[in-house]
Amino acid sequence: MAPRVLRQPVIRGARFFLAHAPGLVRHGSKPSRDIAVAAGVEGSIRAALRPWEAARDYAPNQVLLGARHPDSLWDLPRPWFEASPPGDRRGPHGEIAPEEELYGLLKIGDQFDLVQLEADFAEEAHGALATHPLIAKSDLEALGSGLPEAAIEERLGGPVPAAPLHLRSGRRIGCIVAGHEVDQTLAADVLLENLAAKVTAAMALRALLAGEGIDPGSVDYVIGSGEEAVGDRYQRGGGNLAKAVAEQAGCAGATGVDVKGFCCGPIHALAIAGSLVASGVFSRVAVIGGCALAKLGMKYQGHLRHGQPILEDTLVGVALLVEGDDGQSPRLRLDPIGRHTVAAGSSQKAIFEALVRDPLRALGWAFRDVDKYATELHNPELTEPSGSGDVPLLNYKVIGSLAALAREIAPAEVPGFARAHGLPGFSPTQGHIASAIPFLAHALDGLRSGRYRRTLFLAKGSLFLGRMTQMADGISMIVERNE
Amino acid sequence: MLKGKKVIALGERDGIQGGAIAACARAAGAEVVLEKTYCFV
Repeated sequence: MAPRVLRQPVIRGARFFLAHAPGLVRHGSKPSRDIAVAAGVEGSIRAALRPWEAARDYAPNQVLLGARHPDSLWDLPRPWFEASPPGDRRGPHGEIAPEEELYGLLKIGDQFDLVQLEADFAEEAHGALATHPLIAKSDLEALGSGLPEAAIEERLGGPVPAAPLHLRSGRRIGCIVAGHEVDQTLAADVLLENLAAKVTAAMALRALLAGEGIDPGSVDYVIGSGEEAVGDRYQRGGGNLAKAVAEQAGCAGATGVDVKGFCCGPIHALAIAGSLVASGVFSRVAVIGGCALAKLGMKYQGHLRHGQPILEDTLVGVALLVEGDDGQSPRLRLDPIGRHTVAAGSSQKAIFEALVRDPLRALGWAFRDVDKYATELHNPELTEPSGSGDVPLLNYKVIGSLAALAREIAPAEVPGFARAHGLPGFSPTQGHIASAIPFLAHALDGLRSGRYRRTLFLAKGSLFLGRMTQMADGISMIVERNE
Repeated sequence: MLKGKKVIALGERDGIQGGAIAACARAAGAEVVLEKTYCFV
């Protein structure tokens, strides 16, 4: 019997939605724990929060928006938070929104009256969002007109736990109420995380579909790839935020599912999306990932210690579109998917052999045949002050070392290899968002323009954090020019 | 080299993982009393 002819999947587009969220830094996991036990922490954090313009202009954010190429950061003097020229809030790969709009979006995305905005602020948010190209009249109706300040006070002191919501200035603009009196899986801070993940992913998906001129109703399936735990006490982490995002983005003909894999969820999801398209099960699949609110201010102590602004103040959502071959869009290759198997071992060498060397060998390619490797792309300006080092550089050195072990380059050439085939880190520490995916929109541009021929995306997931195994995980895939 | 020694193996996902440190320590004769890997991003 002749083998079934599969459709070649392609990645048609990618968009990011960034939201500057300085007022929510206090709700990040690390800041909230410290604020609860140490006087003065809240004030120290507030004093180090960046204004909106600084987050908008920040060169690594401008890279995510597509206004500048990642390689341009190599030559931009550090610290980038002092060297960034003015930038626009919108770029070819997405937009960054100020916190006033984010709070409005949280209210718009809330179907359970969890978020309550004070009336004056609701009016401000309405004004800010009224002209947004991705906001519809029905969204503004959902935003509503808010509540009097006394009503917010009442909820904050009521029988159902609630958390106040503030702007960077410290001004309280509303609150979020728990979904249940005692269920910790529906606590106010958990629902805030989940709602933020929903709206950032939905805005990214809206931007992607609008930007590509695609009818939202034509999307067949949405795969969520984030790390939030959506559920209640009987099904903690039950999931399918994907379908909630599909609804919010107007994808009436879609259903969806969440694929969980810590930070490598999006690459797993892309492999599944490509497989669904290749097999003909679905024609148009969106992969989405919402933000990781818990990671706001995760390394604030290091930032304060070095006298720099708290740079972990930005939420990021992403949306990617996988379809059948259109003859133009870069191809998502399914034949050499790199897998970090159970038996592979936990050393960096073993992980990168599984994710990089083995797929390249299967194709008969040398390490230098891949123009750019996208790995953990955390911004070093966020990680170095707390002693976590330059994470992308660590990873690129391992890949370069494997190339040296394969005698493709000399050991002395490893740093040059890391620069030529690697990328500077530019992603906020947003968990799954930072793992390889931040480069995807630039890769699509470069693969279309001829700048690149082959790119490889690899991501690692810290499974051990969940206490079910000591293992990590990893997966990789090649995205190449459509020739 | 580490015979009779007790070792705490603290690793990092993007550096050297706890399991790899523990394996090396055991191979050198140590008793690994705690093995942890952390993720700092």
